[in-house]
Amino acid sequence: MANSNYNELTHNGLWKNNVALVQVLGLCPLLAITTTTINGIGLGIATTLTLVLSNITVSLIRHSVRPEIRIPVFVLIIASFVTAIELAMNAYFHDLYKILGIFIPLIVTNCAILGRAEAFASKNAVVPSFIDGLMMGVGFSAILILLGAIREALGMGTLFAQAHLMFGEAGEWMTVTLIDDYNGFLLAILPPGAFIGLGLLIALKNVIDQRVQKKAAQVASPTATEDAIPAPSMAK
Amino acid sequence: MVLKHMLTTSLLLGVFAIVGTLMVALTFDNTEELIKENENQALLKSLNTLIPPENHDNDIANDTVTVTSKALLGNKKPSTVYLARQKGVPVAAVISAIAPDGYSGTIKLLVAIRYNGTISGVRVIKHRETPGLGDAIEIERSDWITSFNELSLKSPDELGWRVQKDGGIFDQFTGATITPRAVVKAVHHALVYFELNRDKLFTTPKKAPTPKRASKANGQ
Repeated sequence: MANSNYNELTHNGLWKNNVALVQVLGLCPLLAITTTTINGIGLGIATTLTLVLSNITVSLIRHSVRPEIRIPVFVLIIASFVTAIELAMNAYFHDLYKILGIFIPLIVTNCAILGRAEAFASKNAVVPSFIDGLMMGVGFSAILILLGAIREALGMGTLFAQAHLMFGEAGEWMTVTLIDDYNGFLLAILPPGAFIGLGLLIALKNVIDQRVQKKAAQVASPTATEDAIPAPSMAK
Repeated sequence: MVLKHMLTTSLLLGVFAIVGTLMVALTFDNTEELIKENENQALLKSLNTLIPPENHDNDIANDTVTVTSKALLGNKKPSTVYLARQKGVPVAAVISAIAPDGYSGTIKLLVAIRYNGTISGVRVIKHRETPGLGDAIEIERSDWITSFNELSLKSPDELGWRVQKDGGIFDQFTGATITPRAVVKAVHHALVYFELNRDKLFTTPKKAPTPKRASKANGQ
């Protein structure tokens, strides 16, 4: 029983209730920072870490916080963690920190984090809260990285450029030049590219959901025609 | 009753505030030195690419003077000049200059000028120019910024210190003239400033090392 519960949490975070694709939260960093894959990885890790830590803490204190002050307390917790993470990043990944710049402190304002604290962690035990935070974070990171990779590939013709910012000199081999002497498709790197890319990703998710649902419906009742299939958005 | 409720609630909030602040303070305490070290290293690295370390023997990141020149260095606030010396003899100066008229906001530069007035190197340390167009001023994107190397006020002459579109010798980028124009102007101004103030810069009495100022100039 407990196992299937965790599976559902995982499915929720990674796919069904994905922060970026379904809840469409945290767009500001998502759109602004995903010009390269490495940026996406960096912000993804920082956001996931914040989500996990805040979810665990909120869950731990959920019985001792009075409802009137729960929101300020949650904000306080999240802000403290983000500041600590920002300092740690500045200390250990200084170059990456310089690129991500203002978007690290702005994690505080990522509604997804407060949203998970309020909607999930404040009502659930520590372990499920941890899983929820982790999966929501990983789901968000996956989109950050995917969008970063798409924009970087289209815009500059490379993948994992500036990997040394994150992995040190040892990471330089990671950089892949897809096309030599690529002139770059500027739109992909500029803000419109972020909106278009995210829109396409959301569309892709919906198409996949529809396919899956169609299949499920066919299995359930082999005689059903296409018209009989209910609206796809509430899949599962 | 209500009062008691309010009191415990605010007390609880206060406790969380204290715990949160404590955590941040603790992290700060643990990372402060490393961060300072990082910023110093980053600064030193960019200074070393501008003036090869074998050409000077002083601690260039901390041998600084602060100067103010709104007209020539683009900064109302004091900006830092790093001095390189070999056995006490002036070798070069690295001037932090600001190009106020970039396409989107100011562009922060480091301009390294040898004692004889030729440019040893220029680097952009902070800018917000359009990615893919204006950001060709970064050394990581193109080697345009190295076209300043070895130039001085005499070569080219004043008319040459412009982008080609304006009759000068510097390339502009396709689709972005404003950015290189701003950088060329700022570098030229820095050269003029150096010409006018060269000896004053190197004779200003040395101040105690101030890592804080060094980190500021790093362009955070």
